[in-house]
Amino acid sequence: MSETKEIIISSDKIHTDQYLVNMGPQHPSTHGVLRLLVRLEGEIVHHIQPHVGYIHSGIEKMCESLSYPQVIHLTDRMDYLSAHMNNEAVCLCVENALQVEVPDRVKYVRTIMDELTRLASHQLWWCVMGMDLGALTTFFYGLRDREHILDIFEETCGARMTLNYSVPGGVMFDIHPNFQKRVKAFITEFRKKLPEYDQLLTGNVIFQERTNDIGYLSLEDAIAWGVTGPSGRGSGFSCDVRKHNPYSAYPLVQFEEKLDTRGDSFARYRLRIEEMHESLHIIEQLIDNIPEGDYAVKMKGVVKLPEGEFYQRVESARGEFGVYIVSDGKKNPYRVKFRSPGFSNLFALNKMAAGHKIADLVAIMSTLDLVIPDIDR
Amino acid sequence: MGFNIYDFSGMTHNMHLWFMERMSPTATTIVEWTVIGVSYMLFVALFGLFLVYAERKVCAAFQQRLGPMRVGLWGLLQTIADFVKLLMKELIMPKSADKFLYNLAPFIVMIATFLAMAVLPFAKGLQTLDFDIGIFYVTAVSSVGVIGILLAGWSSNNKYSLIGAMRSGAQILSYELSVSLSLVTIIILAGSMQLSVIVESQRDSWFLFKGHIPSLIAFVIFLIAGTAETNRGPFDLAEAESELTAGFHTEYSGIKFAFFFLAEYINMFIVAAMATTVFLGGWMPLHFGSIESFNHVMDFIPPLVWFFMKVCGVIFLIMWFKWTFPRLRVDQILTLEWKYLLPINLVNILLMCLVVLTKFHL
Repeated sequence: MSETKEIIISSDKIHTDQYLVNMGPQHPSTHGVLRLLVRLEGEIVHHIQPHVGYIHSGIEKMCESLSYPQVIHLTDRMDYLSAHMNNEAVCLCVENALQVEVPDRVKYVRTIMDELTRLASHQLWWCVMGMDLGALTTFFYGLRDREHILDIFEETCGARMTLNYSVPGGVMFDIHPNFQKRVKAFITEFRKKLPEYDQLLTGNVIFQERTNDIGYLSLEDAIAWGVTGPSGRGSGFSCDVRKHNPYSAYPLVQFEEKLDTRGDSFARYRLRIEEMHESLHIIEQLIDNIPEGDYAVKMKGVVKLPEGEFYQRVESARGEFGVYIVSDGKKNPYRVKFRSPGFSNLFALNKMAAGHKIADLVAIMSTLDLVIPDIDR
Repeated sequence: MGFNIYDFSGMTHNMHLWFMERMSPTATTIVEWTVIGVSYMLFVALFGLFLVYAERKVCAAFQQRLGPMRVGLWGLLQTIADFVKLLMKELIMPKSADKFLYNLAPFIVMIATFLAMAVLPFAKGLQTLDFDIGIFYVTAVSSVGVIGILLAGWSSNNKYSLIGAMRSGAQILSYELSVSLSLVTIIILAGSMQLSVIVESQRDSWFLFKGHIPSLIAFVIFLIAGTAETNRGPFDLAEAESELTAGFHTEYSGIKFAFFFLAEYINMFIVAAMATTVFLGGWMPLHFGSIESFNHVMDFIPPLVWFFMKVCGVIFLIMWFKWTFPRLRVDQILTLEWKYLLPINLVNILLMCLVVLTKFHL
């Protein structure tokens, strides 16, 4: 970087203009309808202004006219890769408001599903990360393994992505008889496949060159901009909700909150790969010990929250996902606000990418793992 | 006409005489030009289609899938169907584009490709032009293509296109050095720039083996730089899909896009063919010093088959790069060239001079 800066200073006499480029809303690497207004000088990015709202679907407003069980169905349309975590967040919020204690079996199943969702999401992120850097083969390796998780989801609740498996008071159905067998088979297989990820991408010289010391985000900035999830932890921001505010079966399992203080693209990349190992570890601890019991508690036909404000946060695959419900005692929420991790993470992009090249902007954006409907809601 | 699959020089000579008997010298020249031109065009079209198909199958194999399977047996007709689709597509030109240059650019790229093909020795006697400066000619005309790319980027009046074109301009001009210098290494070894002479002098042993380590280094550098010059593999910055949508040919559609597309594949063929001719013995069969029976069996395979076998091998290597490596960044690409490949190349030339001076290669 320092070299390029010197060149610019020494070429003062040459008149160069900064120009604006609209990256998106239709662009292959914004992964959806995100528009970045990028100010460039040659190849160097000077400023990035994200413009969101191109896929705004008014989910928060729609929630106001829906009953609580119906709200869940909208949440997995936001961050469709962390569908189960979003569902769970609403369920936990409602359960806490009504002070319903769910059976242990539900907690275990929810946590396993959480981690499977996280794995699936990280696998897809890994595919896309490689693709954004021009390594197209990664895409198929990641999707190959993700397929097994989606198959398990399909068998469990009928849906592959928009699960809607959690309901207030439990889960919609009991787990499939094959569930434990298949999950264990998946773990054994994926343990063998994970080193392939490292062989194909992590250890590659070009990949290392492209990510090391690129897109630095300091701890202060990460906290100031509310960057959470693996992106925040890559800067050393200990923000894992599973650790700090445990829910479901997380208090019962041993796992490590991986932190990296380097704050560059590679740190964020490496953390997600390590999170996959941790997720496997968490599932392994739970899968054999799912307690017998009911898969849901009996709730009233119409769920009405007491008057007041309720907040529940969970760790989604992208960071801290929060549900804030204001209730006036009716069967619909009075106001709903979702704290989506993608939104906060996106706006730190300018801090990370300014001064780098366009190619780095794409790489940095990949390490943030953005899902656009999650940003726009 | 004396068709001999091992030596085409008799056949081409007889054809020439046959025409001369029946026509005036001028008419003969025109007819011969037409025949050669049409056969080159046919070759480019057909081999281009084959390469696109091969790439899709190779890529599919790397990515654990089948690739095209629906159109024809094993999807063999897929590329033809795609090509017909491209032919029938509407040509859309941006309103603010520079009309003349915009239309000219694909042709320049294509012409550069055709020009470079002219000197490639496909088999004994199957070579259109046999200059005494063959290698120099190839390096010279293949760099004309970059003008087409720059024009395409400039005239489209699109920022992405322009960035792509500028990247590719910087990249191709830089890597030209490495390509030329690695070829110079072999010229020193061969003592000639004439491609037919270079092939003939690899009768006993290919230059890759004959020149010992300097040859090997030159070959590796040639492959890297050649890949970079064709805008492929880890060096496909000019059309970096994830950054610049399609780079310099973003605004092209239909047959004009097909020209760029075809030119890229044919350029890959030219790089592979040059690597084959200069390093891997061209159409010469593989010979091992004293194993006579083995050499006889190898001699039995026609030179044309040898040539295409080697070319396809090198093309497979180049495809392998593309489907395994992530893309480099523009400054890294230039660093690789100017800080690593170029100095290595210069030292390598010195080494080769030492080899030749000490007659180590004989």
